[in-house]
Amino acid sequence: MTADFLLLLWTLAKVLAVTIPVVLAVAMFVYWERKVIGWMHVRMGPNQIGPLGLLQAFADVVKLLLKEIVVPTNASRFLFFMAPLMALVPALAAWAVVPFSTGLVLSNINAGVLYLLAMTSMGVYGIILAGWASNSRYALLGAMRSAAQVVSYELAMGLALVCVLVLAGSLNLSRIVEAQGGGLLHWFWLPLLPMAVIYFTAGVAETNRAPFDVAEGESEIVAGFHVEYSGSAFALFFLAEYANMILVSFLASIFFFGGWLSPFPAHWGVIGQGSFFWLLAKAFVLAFLFLWFRATFPRYRYDQIMRLGWKIFIPIGLVWVLVAGLLKYLHIITPGA
Amino acid sequence: MSRVTRYIKSLLLLELLQGMGLTLVYLFRPKYTMRYPMEHIPKSNRFRGLHALRRYPNGEERCIACKLCEAVCPALAITIDSAPRASDGQRRTTRYDIDLFKCIFCGFCEESCPVDSIVETDIHEYHFEQRGENILTKPQLLAIGDRFEKEIAAARTQDAAYR
Repeated sequence: MTADFLLLLWTLAKVLAVTIPVVLAVAMFVYWERKVIGWMHVRMGPNQIGPLGLLQAFADVVKLLLKEIVVPTNASRFLFFMAPLMALVPALAAWAVVPFSTGLVLSNINAGVLYLLAMTSMGVYGIILAGWASNSRYALLGAMRSAAQVVSYELAMGLALVCVLVLAGSLNLSRIVEAQGGGLLHWFWLPLLPMAVIYFTAGVAETNRAPFDVAEGESEIVAGFHVEYSGSAFALFFLAEYANMILVSFLASIFFFGGWLSPFPAHWGVIGQGSFFWLLAKAFVLAFLFLWFRATFPRYRYDQIMRLGWKIFIPIGLVWVLVAGLLKYLHIITPGA
Repeated sequence: MSRVTRYIKSLLLLELLQGMGLTLVYLFRPKYTMRYPMEHIPKSNRFRGLHALRRYPNGEERCIACKLCEAVCPALAITIDSAPRASDGQRRTTRYDIDLFKCIFCGFCEESCPVDSIVETDIHEYHFEQRGENILTKPQLLAIGDRFEKEIAAARTQDAAYR
């Protein structure tokens, strides 16, 4: 009995150990996004609340939590409230297999990549349910767009991961990182450069971020799937979206940029050693790319998104799977050097 | 051939990178933001804001109730009543109201005034809390004029050469 209780406590502690930093990171990321986009617009961004506006995100959270949740007429109440959870839970659950450093991972399961693919695809159910349960045509349109988009980009993302798996020879994320050992040029971004680009772009599309944000295209369908959500229910969608962005940044650094490995040779002392901070730095740079894209690119037209996914990414992906196979078969790449 | 080069160029994402380069340059540009309550943009001496009625240096009010401002006002925001003053029989206003909701701040009243009495100051930070506060009466206008006479006179001197 006590053993069960202790196990429960221990599990809870492990869950909180990842969830709380992720939520805090989301808060800071939202602030950072508004700052960066402001700077790129030659504005200042939020600078009133707290020093340099650092507490802006927390003020927004308080505002959202205090607001009323309006349920539309004839909305399916149960699904309406389930949908934000269905969007958020997979976004947080995926963090369970992310290795932060050597051995520093919640569950070091062997089929980690499959678990990740499953979890990141689950998130779209929340979006579809939100669109359907809202009883609003804008929401429904947004949900349909999102579903079609995620399905087509999942394939490109999968092909990019297949290339990584071929080179690393493992589905375990820690092993994938270890297979990239040996310095900057041994990371998978070099042999798989097109796939790294495709993976990250597909990640941007999966998280429905600009320039692939037709699912919530403000100018056409107001806010898409979450148009009827307000208050804390909306906050959950917001949290899920940003948690997914950070997750994609972490995963791209793990799959293509050597995870926690240092880009410098090992005899350079502290900065030559692999550590959590290297992973953090890489993920930060990639997360910055999300914001940079948003400030730079106009939104894709819907048929252009489908064309990019099906007629460009997938053929390139298929070809590169072959290339990756040849690289491995001819021993041009030997993982874990 | 050109199709092939165009295809390769689009695959290399050159135009996208160019665009990102531009936004990166803008990221480091000095920002245009004026942090308004703390910082102010310099105002022209011709700025047309809140109205005021001026006095001569000896304390006599300038307005002679000619009603030119009332006649010229395109928004009909000015209402003037006049009568001979009890003390010396001079023609003076008994009522001089400006409805700030009607006023479009065109400055015609100031231009039409033969004695430089009605002026528009550079005050633009004011508010109303009650119904009816939008109507400035003669004592209020004179009070504004008395309080900001120095600034009003300075602005008029600067602009005098161009009138």
